[in-house]
Amino acid sequence: MKRWAIPLVILTAWFAAAGTACAGDGLPKPNIVIENKDGQCVAPPEEMRRNHMEMLKHQRDLTLREGIRGSKVSLNGCIECHAGKKTGSVIGSDDSFCQTCHAYAAVKLDCWDCHQPKAGYKATGAKPHE
Amino acid sequence: MSDNDNGRRGFLATGATMAAGLGFVAIAPGIRLIEIAQARPAGEAASSAVRWGMLIDTTKCASGCDACVSACASENGIVEQVEDPAQRSHWIRKIDLKDKQSGREHSLPMMCQHCAEPPCVDVCPTGASMKRADGIVLVDRHICIGCRYCMMACPYKARSFVHEPLTEQNPEVPRGVGCVEACTLCVHRVDRGQLPACVEACPEGALLFGDLGDPNSEISRRIAQEATTQVRADLQLNPGVRYQGI
Amino acid sequence: MTTTFLSYRASTPRFWLIAAIGALVSAVGFGAALYMEHHGHVVTGMNNQVVWGIPHVFAIFLIIAASGVLNVASIGSVFGKAAYKKRAPLSGLLSIAMLAGGLFVLMLDLGRADRVMIAATYYNFTSVFAWNVFLYSGMFGIVAVYLWVLMEKRMYAFVKPVGIAAFVWRLILTTGTGSIFGFLVARQAYQSAVLAPMFIIMSFAWGLAVFMVVQRTMYDWNAMTLHPAVRRRMKHLLGVFVAAVFYFVLVYHLTNLYFAKETGFERFILVDGGIFPLLFWGGWFLLGTVLPLALIYLPALAFRGSVLTASLLVIFGAFCQLYVFIIGGEAYPMDIFPGMQASSSFFDGQVATYAPSLPEFLLGIGGLGVAFMITLIGIRVLKFLPEDDLTQLEAAAD
Ligand code: HEC
Ligand code: HEC
Ligand code: HEC
Repeated sequence: MKRWAIPLVILTAWFAAAGTACAGDGLPKPNIVIENKDGQCVAPPEEMRRNHMEMLKHQRDLTLREGIRGSKVSLNGCIECHAGKKTGSVIGSDDSFCQTCHAYAAVKLDCWDCHQPKAGYKATGAKPHE
Repeated sequence: MSDNDNGRRGFLATGATMAAGLGFVAIAPGIRLIEIAQARPAGEAASSAVRWGMLIDTTKCASGCDACVSACASENGIVEQVEDPAQRSHWIRKIDLKDKQSGREHSLPMMCQHCAEPPCVDVCPTGASMKRADGIVLVDRHICIGCRYCMMACPYKARSFVHEPLTEQNPEVPRGVGCVEACTLCVHRVDRGQLPACVEACPEGALLFGDLGDPNSEISRRIAQEATTQVRADLQLNPGVRYQGI
Repeated sequence: MTTTFLSYRASTPRFWLIAAIGALVSAVGFGAALYMEHHGHVVTGMNNQVVWGIPHVFAIFLIIAASGVLNVASIGSVFGKAAYKKRAPLSGLLSIAMLAGGLFVLMLDLGRADRVMIAATYYNFTSVFAWNVFLYSGMFGIVAVYLWVLMEKRMYAFVKPVGIAAFVWRLILTTGTGSIFGFLVARQAYQSAVLAPMFIIMSFAWGLAVFMVVQRTMYDWNAMTLHPAVRRRMKHLLGVFVAAVFYFVLVYHLTNLYFAKETGFERFILVDGGIFPLLFWGGWFLLGTVLPLALIYLPALAFRGSVLTASLLVIFGAFCQLYVFIIGGEAYPMDIFPGMQASSSFFDGQVATYAPSLPEFLLGIGGLGVAFMITLIGIRVLKFLPEDDLTQLEAAAD
């Protein structure tokens, strides 16, 4: 029961918020575009909307602290599928996949301080400090 | 937490295929695998039966050569140009040594020594500094608050603090402003059966990587037979990185 | 008590002016921290060799003095000295204020100050730092209760046990602060068992000096003069503490000199380390120890304000001492390969340079501002002014 209560509350709040946005209070409403349609998300979209934060936070501890790799849930995985074609990134504009909802819900992520938000990105490989 | 257990179990079955399916995890062609230990299967945690370590033969290490340092930098995306050299990150550095009495000179690479009793882990207030089951000492930058107490505690000056926002990270090696970082022994490579970048890059083969927990590994055999040194052995930290010829 | 309080209230414009200045200083400190947070620590002089800088000098001063200032209350409640009993509430208030100021600086200097929630919820119990987080929050709690039993007449029976608890807690707290350094085996300057007792005795001296400055200021504002008997007693106590600090610093350096491998470090701090010997001898030794002792003990030097001057000099010396201890200790190269000369692109074998930048300095000053504001508000809304029972004092003076 309790397990469902929190997502339910979030979902209700989400729809309520979405409702007010549609009513035209000036906030751009989330513009979720799935550009890369091959392959399936790691879970059904409803579950993703509700749970992706917990999934990611759980997975990061497994990967970093325990060394469990190759899991279905992976931040780099999300980025590979969900990066926008124009920017090549999951953030950067208010239409970017990992930003559109967050901008709307006023969630601020610190993940991109460290995690490379661009898909297929390789560091330049230049020698440092020369 | 419990919500994810399903996902995890389901994934165990399909893990192997998934691992190959994601472009990132796929092993680039032409890269030597570690003979002594294969990539850990997807979904399996690092094991405490293994203890990763390195043996560095300083007699083969040339003073002007910094192949290991550049390999580390490009592998780990340490490419930012911080203006003040003292604020730059150094995961690995070359130290030139000169014996004060005999005048003998030699050179060696210095990095996180992956201690069995790491002082950085002892002092970390949040538990961000941690030792993985297989002996690799890491900073869990998801809970690092940037207090830098570990940098005060490290006797090898092996840790760096990121002083500036970064954008050029290698996707496999997240790193960012306000956290402390250090050599990860290329954990992302080791976990899929590759050697650390520095080991692979050394033109003299001066760096030997392997499992100190396996008595039959080459590194264990050499440590058992030849004279090796632990840097600052007086502190009894039991480092995973050993040297020869100091 | 009400009368003195009213006379204080009478100078309202001055109160607001001072409050505005205090608020401004705190706000500037906070702004400096936001600036550091936004740009990263590149905008500071701190680097990968000198990882703790000026903010830590301020923070550690405030935290150590915070525990020391509580001494005044302890002497009253635990050891039953009447003159100090009257001063217990002010001493408790100052303790909370300075602790808050110190933590303000320490927290805002973090590389990820946005993660304070993590600092508060993830604990690694082998970390001296994590113990300190507990000790600090416990200190707030105990001193708050202490203040309450002191100021609430009905609770007066509990003053002694609570006072003892606070006294013990503050000793542990300073031991903890000293141990932050004492456990750092890596560096020549720190790994010493003398550090914990040395920090305790430093806290006695610095805390009392801060107390005397605040007390003097409050008396001035209220156009009152401190009774000479109290003044004499407190100044002699300060003298004893300053001399004791001197003794401990002496022992610390002598033990270092005794171990051959530390002589290089001692040479650096005491002789040829540039700014560090200067601050050590000129700042801490001459201005912060010898001169205050002379002002306290040589009647020929006494003038109106000589005790205040001595207290201020002790505080100045404290900053010099911490600078030498913290920054000097980091600047001196670690001896990773004993017996060998090391050089590298990462400054192995080289003395590190450190030049504090404006933002980090402002952050440190902001901590003083926060402590000041809390004190100011406290003495404004509650009765903290020590008022002496003159007949009792006269009797005690003989
Ligand atoms: C300060 C740097 C930093 C920040 C900020 C950060 N991470 Fe990480 N993250 C890392 C590092 C380092 C790893 C380990 C990478 C490895 O060993 O493969 C990691 C690994 C992960 C992994 C496992 C690897 C993968 O690709 O799946 C996940 C999931 C993850 N982080 C999620 C997050 C999320 C979600 C956030 C934001 C809430 C975040 N991280 C913020 C540094 C960071
Ligand atoms: C293999 C490609 C792939 C991967 C990997 C992937 N996704 Fe998806 N994701 C999709 C597709 C395709 C959809 C659309 C599904 C649908 O509408 O049926 C989707 C939908 C979603 C949605 C719902 C969007 C909406 O319509 O509201 C969220 C949220 C989401 N993904 C987040 C993530 C996160 C977080 C990760 C990483 C843990 C991730 N995805 C990994 C392909 C992927
Ligand atoms: C369907 C809209 C939507 C999409 C698309 C979406 N998110 Fe979210 N995300 C949210 C909402 C809403 C929250 C806030 C939930 C809350 O406050 O509990 C959130 C929260 C998070 C959090 C937790 C933040 C915190 O500080 O606790 C993480 C991590 C996260 N999202 C990662 C991602 C990533 C990575 C992507 C892109 C792959 C993504 N999200 C795409 C709606 C979305």
